[in-house]
Amino acid sequence: MTTIPTKGDRIVKAAVLIIAGLLLFAPFLFQDIRSLEVAARICVFIVLVASYDLLIGYTGIVSFAHTMFFGFGAYGAAISLKQMGPGWDAVVVGALSGVLVSTIVAIAIGLLSLRVKAIFFAMITLAAASVAMVLASQLSQFTGGEDGITYKTPDIFKTATKLMVDDNNKVVRLFGVKLNGKLAAYYFVFATCLMLFLVMLRLVGSPIGTVLKAIRENEARAEAVGYRVVAYRTFVFCIAAIIASLAGTIYAMWLKYTGPDTTLSFTIMIDILLMVVIGGMGTLWGAVIGAVLLVLAQYYLRDLMGTAAEALHGIPILPYALEPDRWLFWLGIIFILLVYFFPKGIAGTIAERGAKP
Amino acid sequence: MTLLSLNSMKTNIGQYSVLHDISINVPEGGVFVLLGRNGAGKTTTLRSIMGLWKPSPGSVTFRGQDITNLHTADIARLGIAFVPENMGIFGGLTIEENLILATKTGQFDQTRLDRVWELFPAMKTFWTKQAWSLSGGQKQMLAVSRAIIEQRDLILIDEPTKGLAPSIIDAMADAFREISETTTILLVEQNFQFAKSLGRDMAVIDDGRIAHAGTMADFVADKELQESLLSLSA
Repeated sequence: MTTIPTKGDRIVKAAVLIIAGLLLFAPFLFQDIRSLEVAARICVFIVLVASYDLLIGYTGIVSFAHTMFFGFGAYGAAISLKQMGPGWDAVVVGALSGVLVSTIVAIAIGLLSLRVKAIFFAMITLAAASVAMVLASQLSQFTGGEDGITYKTPDIFKTATKLMVDDNNKVVRLFGVKLNGKLAAYYFVFATCLMLFLVMLRLVGSPIGTVLKAIRENEARAEAVGYRVVAYRTFVFCIAAIIASLAGTIYAMWLKYTGPDTTLSFTIMIDILLMVVIGGMGTLWGAVIGAVLLVLAQYYLRDLMGTAAEALHGIPILPYALEPDRWLFWLGIIFILLVYFFPKGIAGTIAERGAKP
Repeated sequence: MTLLSLNSMKTNIGQYSVLHDISINVPEGGVFVLLGRNGAGKTTTLRSIMGLWKPSPGSVTFRGQDITNLHTADIARLGIAFVPENMGIFGGLTIEENLILATKTGQFDQTRLDRVWELFPAMKTFWTKQAWSLSGGQKQMLAVSRAIIEQRDLILIDEPTKGLAPSIIDAMADAFREISETTTILLVEQNFQFAKSLGRDMAVIDDGRIAHAGTMADFVADKELQESLLSLSA
């Protein structure tokens, strides 16, 4: 199925390609630990936000349980790596456990509650997510409670692991970057996230994607054409849950730590919502743009403000207003402006404004 | 042979009783026209057949099978297509996507697609355009195209000429005539000139009840009946 790409579509896709290129070469372009952390977080959040976009952007489902599925995947990997040791078998068992639990819970929530109105469904998912958070805290013998779990990942991801050595048994450097386990871990994150994103692109480009868009547009019409809306919504809810769970496993592998704050917290849920809204719903490309902007702002806005405050030293009010501690205030202002100037999200608005073929 | 039967069908929407007693037998083949004034219950009848509103009491049988309590999607899958009054297209999807939604396998049968393009050349011209960008007439053509892109046994069409230019109405009449050679059409219409040019059998709904049923030829000949049921001047 083909739609003639508009000028705006081409701009958005070009921006996404540039982002993909930057992420691919991130370890070589930005050679510091923090940048690599940011790049890996961006990769994981692109997948997480895109999977949420399958729900909210393609079928109009508002769920607050997305971090719960993310948490299932992360805790699955964390618990199995802790219990079974740092082997690939533990990773596979953890990932599959997360996927299994996510699928069962998603089917249960979907079949029981996707028939009800959107607001009630949102409330049910909110309750489920709260239960998951409480359980993660209470079942501390498995989950480590509020402290979370630290564990080891397969040896290839150890920073000390040398992927290539020279004649002196020293790790080889490529363009100044050590070819070690950290690099392997980053490319594991990049490759798996890329694969999951491509799966989602394939899904929305398939006939199923067309049905989802039809459901988003008008449920009754989609039913009159012959599609059972509840069945399709439950299917999408499960797919989104499975992908979120796998994203959780990937993130757990990267962080080597899993706790309520890194996976299950409502702050992450709010971040996902903001990323979808800012990037633009119903395109998947918007998820990429939204995730990049928000993660960069979370990591660098504070530093940027500190630099700006120093540069403006001596000028009344401005250095005070740009105090790094006020970064959340300015982040809020930026969001308001983005929503005002890009009402359909950045990807959606650009695609619409440049609607000339 | 009767294709569709509505048996003492009563439909309530919220607290309002819209259909009180609807009984019709739609024979297989040709165009069956349902006439009636505004608010008489024509659209509710079609929506009740599709299961969008459930009749109670009363029943709907299609090829002898009781479909009253079937899900709308299952009714559609039995081979009943619905072209609603507001055209019922998906504006955000392309013409191609709108049509492929109505196929059973997600693939076009090239012969049927060629037939659609022959009946409505605009569908081929604007194949990759989003449906919202079409004119009113083209949107109606798309809605009808979606109904015929697969072989159906019955197509329910709700006021297809509403708001269309006369030239488009003529084209639509030609298309319906051709479609009715292979598929039964249950047509709801207020435009009597359009309806009488197509209909073989007909019924008039008044205040949620069947006020008259018979052949279109007899109804056209009886000016008094037309005047009393539809307020049509002779």
